[in-house]
Amino acid sequence: MSDCVNNSRREFIAKVALASTVSIAPGVLLHSAQAKPNDKPVSSDTRWGMLIDTNKCAKGCTACVDACNEEHGLEGLGRPATDAQYIRKVTLKEKSTGHEHSLPMLCQHCEKPPCVDVCPTGASFKREDGIVLVDKHICIGCRYCMMACPYKARSFVHEELTNQTLSAPRGKGTVESCTMCVHRVDKDGTPACVEACTADNHNAMIFGDMKDPSSALSIELKKHGGKQLRADLGLNTGVRYQGI
Amino acid sequence: MIKRFLQLTIFCGMFLLMLSGKASAETPFPKIHEPEGDGVKCVQPEDEMRRNHMNYILHQRDKTVHEGIRTETYSLAKCIDCHIEPDENGNIADHNSEEHFCNACHQYASVQIDCFECHADRPQKYIKRGNKKQALNQQMHDMLTAQSGNRSIQ
Repeated sequence: MSDCVNNSRREFIAKVALASTVSIAPGVLLHSAQAKPNDKPVSSDTRWGMLIDTNKCAKGCTACVDACNEEHGLEGLGRPATDAQYIRKVTLKEKSTGHEHSLPMLCQHCEKPPCVDVCPTGASFKREDGIVLVDKHICIGCRYCMMACPYKARSFVHEELTNQTLSAPRGKGTVESCTMCVHRVDKDGTPACVEACTADNHNAMIFGDMKDPSSALSIELKKHGGKQLRADLGLNTGVRYQGI
Repeated sequence: MIKRFLQLTIFCGMFLLMLSGKASAETPFPKIHEPEGDGVKCVQPEDEMRRNHMNYILHQRDKTVHEGIRTETYSLAKCIDCHIEPDENGNIADHNSEEHFCNACHQYASVQIDCFECHADRPQKYIKRGNKKQALNQQMHDMLTAQSGNRSIQ
């Protein structure tokens, strides 16, 4: 009898915990919910961006990298020089003080992307809503974009792949990089890395619309600001960092 | 272009059939999987799909990648969802196999497809990502974490 009661109590607690996670998540992720209908094209009224607080980014934590690899089916082949990586952890060290902190590096989704400038086929392009992508149907694998990117954000698929995920088609001979989880964003979702960071309670990443003044991203940017990496290049990146 | 090529291929095939008589006339017609269930219909009549499926998919492809239009009617994933099912033993034919819905006809018509070099050739629920992947992922992250100290961007 007491077992029965305990079990149902445990189930109840588990359900409450689950429900609270679900209800907290949208509040924490905080990107403005304006669901785009499936049949409408994306517009330049939106500019998707990200803000990363490096003070909250835990050293040694790879939750965002794991989530990204899982989402896109990225499998390492034990060759780190050529294995695909959409997002990676970088440790920065201030030489004079020895202060170290780590941050995730990914495609910065520039407003003026050098990868798009150099692409000879138009495969590398920027969507109206600011997400920079590779159209792998057109990509010829020349890798100019990889050389042009100041952030080393792109990878090349060197080997034949099998068992790709449904939402992330990828294949040999094409360049690829962070898509800001465009398949999720188009369905009003949040990128996998941001979701994982929030789920791990680090809350170092905020995703949102930079053109919407009421989005959590814009509010935080207005309040505390955010730096662009290599701002001197004038690329106006969509990914901003705090604490660097 | 592809359509013309297809027409030409079929014409040549029929011509050869006429020439070679009975033996070649028995070239087996591809077996294709018809989705089961009442009222299950393709998004267009069969004849239309046989001739023009590539145009629908191509159009949808550009709309999706560049404009973010993600309607399901003409999406490749939706084709796969209906047409690819496991056999009695629970196995799903690889896209290179004659048993695969797309490849069955494409092989018959001698038209190469490269969709599945990147796209999944089976519905999401049948994509198995096993422990091997997790193990490799772990290995990759260990390396990245070990290396991250040496990487700097500023």
